[in-house]
Amino acid sequence: MSATDTAPAPAFEEVVITTRRSVTAPVRVYEPADVDTAGTATVLALHGAGGWLPGEPVLDGLVAAGLRVVAPVWPAWSEHGDEDCLSDMQDFALHGWDVATEMGLLSGSGSGELHLMGHSMGGMIAAEMAALAPQSVARMALLCPAGMWLGDHPIPDIFAMLPYQLAEVLFADPNVGEEVLTGGADFSDNETLTRFMVARARQQGMAGKILFPIPNRRFSERAYRVTVPTLLVWGRQDRLIPPAYADAWQAALPDATVELVDGAGHMLPYEQPAAVVAAVTSHLTN
Amino acid sequence: MTVKFCWFNLMPWPDLPDDFKTEHRSVWVDIDGSLFDPERANGVYHEYMDQLEFADELGFDGIGVNEHHQNGYGIMPSPNIIAAGLARRTSQAAICVIGNSIALYNPPHRVAEEFAMLDCLSGGRLVAGFPVGTPMDTNFTYGQIPALTREKYYEAHDLIMEAWTNPEVFAFDGKYTQLRYVNCWPKPIQQPHPPIYIPGGGSIETWDFCLKNDYNYSYLSFNGYLAGQTLMDGYWNRVGEMEKSMSPGRAGFAQIICTAATDAEAEELYSEHMLYFFNRCLHVFPGFADPPGYRTVKTIQAGKLDQFRKENQELFKRLTWKDLVEGGYVIAGSPDTVRERMEDMIKRLRVGTVFCLLHMGNMPDWKTRYSSQLFAEKVMPGLRGIWGDEFSDAEDWWCKPMDDRVRPEDTMADARRYPEAPKGTMA
Repeated sequence: MSATDTAPAPAFEEVVITTRRSVTAPVRVYEPADVDTAGTATVLALHGAGGWLPGEPVLDGLVAAGLRVVAPVWPAWSEHGDEDCLSDMQDFALHGWDVATEMGLLSGSGSGELHLMGHSMGGMIAAEMAALAPQSVARMALLCPAGMWLGDHPIPDIFAMLPYQLAEVLFADPNVGEEVLTGGADFSDNETLTRFMVARARQQGMAGKILFPIPNRRFSERAYRVTVPTLLVWGRQDRLIPPAYADAWQAALPDATVELVDGAGHMLPYEQPAAVVAAVTSHLTN
Repeated sequence: MTVKFCWFNLMPWPDLPDDFKTEHRSVWVDIDGSLFDPERANGVYHEYMDQLEFADELGFDGIGVNEHHQNGYGIMPSPNIIAAGLARRTSQAAICVIGNSIALYNPPHRVAEEFAMLDCLSGGRLVAGFPVGTPMDTNFTYGQIPALTREKYYEAHDLIMEAWTNPEVFAFDGKYTQLRYVNCWPKPIQQPHPPIYIPGGGSIETWDFCLKNDYNYSYLSFNGYLAGQTLMDGYWNRVGEMEKSMSPGRAGFAQIICTAATDAEAEELYSEHMLYFFNRCLHVFPGFADPPGYRTVKTIQAGKLDQFRKENQELFKRLTWKDLVEGGYVIAGSPDTVRERMEDMIKRLRVGTVFCLLHMGNMPDWKTRYSSQLFAEKVMPGLRGIWGDEFSDAEDWWCKPMDDRVRPEDTMADARRYPEAPKGTMA
């Protein structure tokens, strides 16, 4: 690498859209190099309750494999304050389709196939989107989605957890998790603490609209509509939504396969990105 | 106006073990069910209700109850049940239900009905509290979504108030409650409605809500009046900004009080029970205190972060009797000492209603009665007139009972009489 390559250009371009519901949302657009975008398949990717990190290795990997990725920032995870526009599961799923519409991703608008991908909360939203409009989706990849509840495998209550308890349930290796989660912030500084508390109130408060107190908005009753071929990717060490849920999702969906990944917990896109990229690319480009 | 003194009982469980703080995670939400003994509760409930009746006898202006769920310091998930018992066996004191967490009732119209029942039963003595509710009760125990709790609360409020004030049958098309025929039956004696108290813990939105509707704002905290002053100053600033009257009737405060013959006797009698309260009853798992979305961004930005600082999480763990008294958590001592500090408290916070926490923790019945009697006879009379005649609107925040109401002292003996037909109606 030459010296000028040390600060690479961002892998994506950010556009800010306003949906017909009047929700303003930044959207990351990752374009693959040297490909005619008109016919290229697009992955609409939805983030989990942690939001997008500055670098997203899985999205980079999909782009490298020739897919176009459109990754909206959900209301409350951006500086735009439109989260009050969305209250429940239906609002969330329709917002996903509103973004797809605004970004010209629907069939007939000249784009290629549309795939859905979502992690955790984002997987729950993607699945609901597919239940609403299965004919608009080519294939789907869900990374340890939330959205079901098994009495024999209760999901730990992240809303009642103290910050230091999170890494233990989210990551296969809590030490790695600790670093990712805190990002070196100094919480003894009042301004930092206020910023953190405001972001937490907005983002996790928003997530709570579909995840609190039990992350189950009866998707399983609508799962029969999701006829799109769906890949479920799960970390074998997921201690938040354990792999038993992979079986439940597979049983509920008409056309689903499961891929378990070693050395990964619930934050599997950050723990084993290469394995996730390989599995998802293979499924979406099949 | 006269300052109103409301004798308040949280109804704590008196038998939390000595090792509660080290061996148990939380007094609230997931408290160990094996610590509750229903047969013991038979006596506990009656003892606490007897004390509330005794407070009526002593001349307290009000007797107060509140609502908590799955809580070791408040075994009163339904304050209305207790209030109904009190309405039947007391005749003077206001029945202060502070209050019903209105977003938790399905439909919230239930509160309009039950409060109307209590107002009728008590002859117009109801003071009606509408708390938003703590996260422990509202979110973790009753499963309300934190970010939507406040919106649901406001909607519940609108439904209840319209149910009380709209003489017609009406349809209510809310986001959380839809009712085709709202027709509150019975209706409250006090018109247009009983006085409304909003117990708050520090959300600044609540101030504006109280002021817009001219409701009493009562700060219910266990941190005492010295710590409460910053928050109450903020409230009174807001009153000024909104150009409302500065009447003390707009504000209430809860204060732990221990009265004895001397300051030394107060420590001797009450110290262990106060430490029981602060060390065991307030041992709440911090993860239950602030689910994201419960507090608004505005409140967080206003800097109400103190409770989340590690040093404050540890605060109660080090408290001694001396700390409790000097820090104003507890006003304790001889009648003179208590009167002096109460006067300071009432003036500093500019309050018209004091919720007197005279029973705390595992305090035995006799000590509770002793402290209450001394307070009623030797402290309260000297404090009632603090605000003089300056605020003519202050009584707007208190109940207006019927003069000619049913009183237990007149009816109790007669309640169990056998039938006696009026002369000439039976062969």
